Amino acid sequence: MNEWMTIWDARDAFFGGFLNTLKLFGISALLGLLLGALLLYLLEGPSNRARQGLGLFIDAMRTIPFLILAYLLYYGLPQGGVRLSADVAGLIALTLYHGAYFCEIFRSQRRVMPKGLIEAAQAHGFRHHLVFLRIILPNVVMTSLPLIGNQLIICLKDTAFLCIITVKEVTAAANGVQATYFIPMKAFLVAIMLYWIISLLIEYAIRWLGRLGKQRGFSHV
Amino acid sequence: MSDTPAITVNRLSKQFDNVEVLRDINLTVNKGEVVSILGSSGSGKSTLLRCMNWLEQPDRGTIHIGEERIGIDDQTQQPMSNKQLARIRERVGMVFQSFNLWPHLTVRQNVTEALLHVKKMSKEEANQIATTQLEKVGMLEKQHVYPITLSGGQKQRVAIARSLAMSPEVMLFDEPTSALDPERVGEVLAVMKQLSQEGYTMVVVTHEMEFARAVSDQVVFLEKGKLIEQAPPEEFFTNPKSERVKQFLQTVRQ
Repeated sequence: MNEWMTIWDARDAFFGGFLNTLKLFGISALLGLLLGALLLYLLEGPSNRARQGLGLFIDAMRTIPFLILAYLLYYGLPQGGVRLSADVAGLIALTLYHGAYFCEIFRSQRRVMPKGLIEAAQAHGFRHHLVFLRIILPNVVMTSLPLIGNQLIICLKDTAFLCIITVKEVTAAANGVQATYFIPMKAFLVAIMLYWIISLLIEYAIRWLGRLGKQRGFSHV
Repeated sequence: MSDTPAITVNRLSKQFDNVEVLRDINLTVNKGEVVSILGSSGSGKSTLLRCMNWLEQPDRGTIHIGEERIGIDDQTQQPMSNKQLARIRERVGMVFQSFNLWPHLTVRQNVTEALLHVKKMSKEEANQIATTQLEKVGMLEKQHVYPITLSGGQKQRVAIARSLAMSPEVMLFDEPTSALDPERVGEVLAVMKQLSQEGYTMVVVTHEMEFARAVSDQVVFLEKGKLIEQAPPEEFFTNPKSERVKQFLQTVRQ
């Protein structure tokens, strides 16, 4: 039987995996971005101790290999009596991990943001949280776009690790098909294509947002 | 009540890294007055202005906006809450040397932003005010563009409209024309002149001597953080008391 026919027959598995990857990526990217913004806000706060704690968390996320974080949540937590489904453990791992990275991206752009924009907001009677929401965040996000795009693609690819904690996503589907029919080359090629499609969508979205940024004079494409 | 000064600065002092940038400054800005602050660079004039809305915190002394003290809670002697401070700052407009328009918002949105989110106005109300103020500074035609596309003079006029929209009791101008091309200075000064004629209370840090002379009610001269001369403009420019001011005026005129 033709190998491509075998793949075609397994289309439901691939399609299911694709949807799950899309879901995992979409939700964790969104939550990760929100977490990154929240961390940035907290880092702006007055409490030194909170800042140190957050710094420690971000450092931890940057130090731990993603796979080990997923292992910890899925296999480690049950030892403490907390049992998460594979999908939930995966989502939490992706969100925490990439949220920390998003925060680092935002922080680097926050540092180079002109102080005057914030002073203007303060002078107009904006309170802390309003300065952050209305002025700092939009500017930081606009200037961070290329870096955000990069991080989103890394986040997408990190979903592949989750097959190891039994999440049924694209890589798991490809792996199942190749192991059953021994057609690794074609099975993984299909997986790559599927990741590529999502990557293209991400790039397209970032480019579209970038055009809005360019119109406003943020100096990147 | 109406004779309460718009701003009262009392015995204000501030240090930056052991350098005294303000020493024991006393200054009263009456309602409807234009006060120009002159001095060479590093004399502390911008710092003094920035203390008036607490963008800089003085070490000693007090500043009152109307009857209300800014920055320090009179009862507890502690720094004010962010909320209290924001409420006072609403009453004080500020125009910066580098304009500081928010780049992610259009000209119109720059003007409505604080109206909507600080004053919590309705969209219609905010838009109405924006139209009035942008028209006043001659920038209504550009209302839908982003600041990046404007010239410096245009940006500064929008920044003035943005501040005016809040209907502040007093307007602070921090070297509003220093970052402009020479041929753009006039359009900004013209707007400021118009404001003074309309009776706005203004404190202006400037290097524009002609403007200071024509528009001010009082001219104040700072030197190394000290207020060394304060006089009506005619007296200041024709018959200054201190040697330092004479010297300064001579240098400027050359």
